[in-house]
Amino acid sequence: MKAYDRVTNARKSARPLGGHYISAVTDGFIELHGDRRFADDAAIIGGIGMLGDVPVTVIAMERGNTIEDRMKRHFGCPSPEGYRKALRLMKQAEKFKRPVICFIGSSGAYCGIDAEKRGQGQAIAENLMEMMTLKTPIISVVVGEGGSGGALALGVADEVIMLENAVYSVISPEGCASILWKDASHAPEAAEALRLTAHDLKDFGIIDKIVVETDRSQEQIDSALKFELIQDIKNLLSLSCSDMLKKRYEKFRKIGA
Amino acid sequence: MIFDKLFKRTKPEQEKLVCKKCGSETVLSEIVANNMICPYCGAYMRMSARSRIELVADTDSFCEMYSELSSQNLIDFPDYDEKLKKAEAQSGEKDAVVCGTCSIGGTKTAIFVMDSGFMMGSMGTVVGEKITRIFEYAAENRLPVIGFTTSGGARMQEGIFSLMQMAKVSGSVKLHSDAGLLYIAVLTDPTTGGVTASFAMEADITIAEPKALIGFAGARVIEQTTGEKLPQGFQRSEFQLEHGFVDMIAERPQIKNILANLLKMHEVRL
Repeated sequence: MKAYDRVTNARKSARPLGGHYISAVTDGFIELHGDRRFADDAAIIGGIGMLGDVPVTVIAMERGNTIEDRMKRHFGCPSPEGYRKALRLMKQAEKFKRPVICFIGSSGAYCGIDAEKRGQGQAIAENLMEMMTLKTPIISVVVGEGGSGGALALGVADEVIMLENAVYSVISPEGCASILWKDASHAPEAAEALRLTAHDLKDFGIIDKIVVETDRSQEQIDSALKFELIQDIKNLLSLSCSDMLKKRYEKFRKIGA
Repeated sequence: MIFDKLFKRTKPEQEKLVCKKCGSETVLSEIVANNMICPYCGAYMRMSARSRIELVADTDSFCEMYSELSSQNLIDFPDYDEKLKKAEAQSGEKDAVVCGTCSIGGTKTAIFVMDSGFMMGSMGTVVGEKITRIFEYAAENRLPVIGFTTSGGARMQEGIFSLMQMAKVSGSVKLHSDAGLLYIAVLTDPTTGGVTASFAMEADITIAEPKALIGFAGARVIEQTTGEKLPQGFQRSEFQLEHGFVDMIAERPQIKNILANLLKMHEVRL
């Protein structure tokens, strides 16, 4: 499959995103709202649920289904409040020693005047710093489009998993093509050049695992993902906290060293 | 040498600059002596990393580190090799950041200074690696870090590797911070994208030069995406001060003194 076909796939309006995976892998999910600073951002769903017999904090980007829902959720593009809610829930998870699972699927951080006024860059930066030393396991799963810094703000994790047709990139192929070739219609070439598929990222050692989608029903994908998450959490919980944090630091430290 | 977009060069042999803001002509050496500020209207032009170091470091105190690192075309991105060569020839630098140690007002510190003359100060793996190394070095040697930022954001020619530098550098900033050490960021024009969304916004104390563009998303993109009209002074230093994201705005000639005083106050251990 061409890289741009994967991009199109990842963006498909019917593609299940964070909200679906929360209910697919956890039981008894209870949603928690708000950043305690300014607002509740519907582009990020957060809460607590059971993954097998382990309570987990789940944080997921969600674009919504109906058009009203999508408008409310800014089509899944988080505002600073969303990242701050995510951080609040991660700190809560740290306090209660719950593992954190993040689902990433968004074209990027919300781009607007209000988001800039409230420090979009600062909100992302703070998550990057704080996630690096959060004293509980973090697993991030890219389930859709992993768009730039807005995606990475939930992506500093001990284990990074990608669904086979998800993509993860520093810039959208359209953005890249319009900067480089002054023409967004060259997006397919840009998608190839950016090396943004799950297989590329696995080859580069940026992600740890790919969950296969080809020839699998949605239920099979869900249960394969759930199986990986349970395994990863088991492995991470067997490490001492300081070993886990050393490994997490090293995981990102070695990229482009 | 790279000149601010506010200025355009007249014929090279005349060595004069025309301020794009007020239209005044000034002899090049005079502008340099004036810290790259237009003597007529006070407009700031961009400074190279080396001139910046000269401006803030005590005389002959700067000791460069990691200067051997230069960028590779990690993902075989089209035309990137040529772009790198051109950027090196134009700027005289191997990449978009200069790192090392120096003293400022007598206090020893680690320092990194970005250079917008090299591919618009974009952050690829070399920028990420050098800044990470300087924070790790400073943590190990118990030094503060002073960082001057100027960047168009992550370097897309390095794909996912450039994005991951945001996480890598942030990890080292956290390491340094958790060791109880001081990091002061000075945001200069422009500081945007992935640099704003990582180490530019992670300092203990954040200083901005007047009227510098500081933001995450590009203004044109915001306008196109939302259809909203951008307010006057949007994403400038003054806007960031008003909304609580920088501690102060400092005129270029005063920055050294402010840094020296802040460094001194953090030297006192009770």
